[in-house]
Amino acid sequence: MILATTAPLRAAGLVLRRDLALAFRRWEQVTHPVVFFLMVATLFPLALNPKPSLLADVAAGVVWVSALLSSMLALETLYRADVEDGTLEQLTLTGQPLALLLLAKTVAHWILSGLPLVLAAPVVAIAFGADAAANAVLMTAIALGTAVLSLIGSVGAALTLGSRRGSVLLSLLVLPLIMPVLIFGARATALAMHGESAEGPLWLLGALLILALTLTPFASAAAVRISLE
Amino acid sequence: MADAVDAHLVADHLHLWRGQRHVLRGLYVEARAGEFIHLKGANGTGKTSLLRTLAGFLWPEEGEIRWCGQPVGQDRDGYAVAMAYLGHENALKGDLTALENLHYATNLRHATPQSAQRAVLERLGVAAQADLPTRVLSAGQKRRVAMARVLLSRATLWLLDEPFTNLDTQGVTDLAALVAEHTRQGGIALVTSHAAIALAEGQVRELVLA
Repeated sequence: MILATTAPLRAAGLVLRRDLALAFRRWEQVTHPVVFFLMVATLFPLALNPKPSLLADVAAGVVWVSALLSSMLALETLYRADVEDGTLEQLTLTGQPLALLLLAKTVAHWILSGLPLVLAAPVVAIAFGADAAANAVLMTAIALGTAVLSLIGSVGAALTLGSRRGSVLLSLLVLPLIMPVLIFGARATALAMHGESAEGPLWLLGALLILALTLTPFASAAAVRISLE
Repeated sequence: MADAVDAHLVADHLHLWRGQRHVLRGLYVEARAGEFIHLKGANGTGKTSLLRTLAGFLWPEEGEIRWCGQPVGQDRDGYAVAMAYLGHENALKGDLTALENLHYATNLRHATPQSAQRAVLERLGVAAQADLPTRVLSAGQKRRVAMARVLLSRATLWLLDEPFTNLDTQGVTDLAALVAEHTRQGGIALVTSHAAIALAEGQVRELVLA
């Protein structure tokens, strides 16, 4: 019998490259999460009292809520197009470990929806009058947090593939699971902005990422196989 | 393309329910190397369900599928590699060119040089469209590119769901000949089609679902 001769890691690389190549031919999709993030964050000072001291106080919370909402919005696009045109079906028939291929898709998704937020977050924080010294912590925390969200969200997105109006269901599924990310992420950022050590919450975020990395790809693979029925 | 001498597919008394409908009722299908099976039947008789069950997307409530004597559940990946599936959707990305689509699809299974990909596109009559994004291709041309993926898959078992959709008359004849060539080399093909398959008597076995 002929076996797949492409090494699994190479196959995962192909999936990653394909998704990035596709995204760069559709710029509007890539810029959507970061534009949404900037819009939400800009609305807060207009709605709140624009007192610098108040804005600096709420900066951490605003950045985190906007970042999580915008990457939640992007989650829906993770598998949708691939299901509609049949490529996800073909992905399950390659003889490669599906969990690894889906992990590659999730990484591509994070590069496109999470990484822009990591870069945009300090801009928003500084605009809110937060101390620029906290930027390193803020970027690390946002990077870890959006990565966890992408991984947990990939399970949710895979589970809701079969349902017609999956987006509400997807938010309901994913939101409770990412509460720890929001709590520790905002805490780390707030601590750093007040000049205190943010090590504790950052380690916890890192632990969450490792947990998500080791568990979610298998859950996503199982969910995709069920959803394709 | 097909070197498995013992290639042998058995769908053993499959019972499949879709919601309240009992779609496959104890269906028994056996396909040996070299067989070209034309699945026929009115709309809704379960042709697509049968192919999707054989491809492993649907799990039958009863019965089992054996590939070369082994239940497919035992070695899903091995079975997946021996099988190529063409569904209703072409699994093409409109923003990628035909060649890029083939590159990403076939290299997931095994390294395929670009020259081989071009050669197959040429055989299917879409060589001129190789470097165009597939969204600008006609429906028939997209079907041909999707078929190129099957040809490059090196799979023994071809499960083709309405492969002749949108093809012109010449395209239908050429594709039927291609599938027949695959089965002559020891492959197995299960093809659903409403149209008659224009091949000599005895080359195609018809199986009517009711």
